[in-house]
Amino acid sequence: MGAKEDILSRVRVALQGDAPVTDIPREYRQSGTMNQDQLIDHLTDRLVDYKAEVKVVLATDLQGAIAEFLANARSVVVPHGLDAEWIAGVADADVVTDSPEAPVPVDQLNATDAVLTSSAVSVAESGTIILDGTPTQGRRAISLVPDQHVCVVPASTIVEILPEAMPRLEPSHPQTWISGPSATSDIELERVEGVHGPRRLSVIIVKDA
Amino acid sequence: MSVNLGIPAVRSSGEGNLFAHEKFQSAAKRELKNEQLRANLRHATHTIRDKRLNVVSELPDWEELRESGSRIKENVMARLPELLEQFEAAFTARGGVIHWANDATEANAIVTSLIRATGETEVVKVKSMATQEIGLNEHLESLGINAIETDLAELIVQLGHDRPSHILVPAIHKNRTQIRDIFRAEIPNASPDLTDNPKELAATARAYLREKFLNAKVAISGANFGIAETGTLGVVESEGNGRMCLTLPETLITVMGIEKILPRWEDLGVFMQLLPRSSTGERMNPYSSLWTGKNGPDGPQNIHLVMLDNGRTRALADKNGRSALHCIRCSACMNVCPVYERTGGHAYGSTYPGPIGAILSPLLTGITAEENSSLPYASSLCGACFDACPVKINIPEILVDLRAQDVEAQHSVRKAPTEMDVLMKGASWALSSGTRLKFLEKGLPAGRLLAGKDQRISWLPGIAGGWTSSRDIPAPPQSSFRDQWAQREKFQKSQGSQQSQQSQASQKPTGKQGE
Ligand code: SF4
Repeated sequence: MGAKEDILSRVRVALQGDAPVTDIPREYRQSGTMNQDQLIDHLTDRLVDYKAEVKVVLATDLQGAIAEFLANARSVVVPHGLDAEWIAGVADADVVTDSPEAPVPVDQLNATDAVLTSSAVSVAESGTIILDGTPTQGRRAISLVPDQHVCVVPASTIVEILPEAMPRLEPSHPQTWISGPSATSDIELERVEGVHGPRRLSVIIVKDA
Repeated sequence: MSVNLGIPAVRSSGEGNLFAHEKFQSAAKRELKNEQLRANLRHATHTIRDKRLNVVSELPDWEELRESGSRIKENVMARLPELLEQFEAAFTARGGVIHWANDATEANAIVTSLIRATGETEVVKVKSMATQEIGLNEHLESLGINAIETDLAELIVQLGHDRPSHILVPAIHKNRTQIRDIFRAEIPNASPDLTDNPKELAATARAYLREKFLNAKVAISGANFGIAETGTLGVVESEGNGRMCLTLPETLITVMGIEKILPRWEDLGVFMQLLPRSSTGERMNPYSSLWTGKNGPDGPQNIHLVMLDNGRTRALADKNGRSALHCIRCSACMNVCPVYERTGGHAYGSTYPGPIGAILSPLLTGITAEENSSLPYASSLCGACFDACPVKINIPEILVDLRAQDVEAQHSVRKAPTEMDVLMKGASWALSSGTRLKFLEKGLPAGRLLAGKDQRISWLPGIAGGWTSSRDIPAPPQSSFRDQWAQREKFQKSQGSQQSQQSQASQKPTGKQGE
């Protein structure tokens, strides 16, 4: 308790006699101008730039696109709220469901090839996909430990710029913002994909039918 | 012992890795001899600089974002007590535990006791400037606790028994061959045939660290932002090592400076546009994690936060220097700094190198702190850092102010006048009278004799020797400006009878340039 009082009183003394700062200018862009097709193109362009794989499909083709991306996976983990139809086309892999009641142990996740999730919001301008821990996205560990992340982005969840995304997100939910697969540039600034997170990020943007 | 008068002590100084152990000037002189370092640095800073300019120019509202960012931070400083309490209430309501630390000693002790309570002796760690500032790793090591750095560059530095030299790319001073040698020698299962291919090196680090991540019970992190309205903490990273540390272990201990607060959730939308673009020159960093206390089986069960002062309140009390606390540690200022580019980060001696280090370290410790008083002179005052800074910290202005503070401080402790005092006195005597100046300027040709064939003076005798010990000065011109001016006037007067007033007014100066 002591240190808190010490620090706060020093702050108060340091600020004594200062005028409060009023009116913060917020003249930056608050909303975008793109239509849905432009948003999809823009997001795709950014994600490809980050070395992610992208497919743009109609809702009717989603199952097939997922099966294609997961063609080489022998085991897949999915969050408990995911639409069971999505994974139905993946015949050859063991599918494990993770839930808050029965979380998959981390060793098992480490032995799992891929994970399939949905996403909450995506930002076209920066190529950022946001997962928020809700039942279609699951616990943070499942989208982290397996080597491939197949992520579904419903077109209606894409916004153009970050300030549009903020009000759509619930701060109390744990969030993971993903812009491309894991990468490092620490060795002579040469970009190497896949250090600790999934080395392969496969994104499926689903257009409204 | 100080007497408590009921007034809180304003000046609680920062401690830990904030001190230069040697004057910048002499450290820089040594570092300048390291050509490998300079080549690596040049390549790196120029690459990042170009990338940054590209992605910044993509945003039509970059200046508006900077302006908002700067004002939001100003507002944070003005409302700090209220925002800190708001943050604490929100964070605690979600199951987090807050600890406050006046300085490095207290912060290290808190983290140690939290780790000890878990019974663990090995912890994983995300790169963090705050923990580097307080020397946490060294402290833990001295008590038998092994803190493993998991950021690739930090791991390279740690395994190489070295110090980071850049806040963003800490191993910027090492090339791939040096890194391969470190890995071969220090990573237990590294293949003896390991090549210097960056892909292979990264894969070696991945295999080594994955085992650590899966077994770690305790993780330590810093935080890029803490949002007062929601109690949310955020960490921005690239490799996924942050995500590993922040989500897999049972206990998470975060150390954050009290200045990292943002008032509102929407403010994050401003700073997450400013930070990645300024920092790595990317539109967005690969991974960001945000957490608000405990989240059931998603993530750690014990969430701790150490709120660190360590000189921040001292910096806050400096009205001219206060805005150094706006810094979001993007490193844009060092990537554009001509001094940093040549000396490298080690010359600055502390955790914070480059232009921001030159102001932040002395602000946190006080300008009178041993050797840190040399840091405000580690700049050419070219202003590139100010232009690059996403939160518009006027670094050159603060540098000048700190220099003035240093001069004041030196005055009060010195008994005999220094060479500088003598010089300044002399200059003021000479400059205050035209006749005196004229007389002195007669000595200019003597200066030309002192200079060598290349017309540069690299050694001056007596009181001016301090100046030339770290730089050459060009020889004085053949004649003074005053003489040249007088001659020009004379010439114009003799021409005057033939020319109209008007054409004289539009006449271009005739002096030759660049002799
Ligand atoms: S002073 Fe500005 S440019 Fe330098 S690291 Fe801090 S925020 Fe970035």
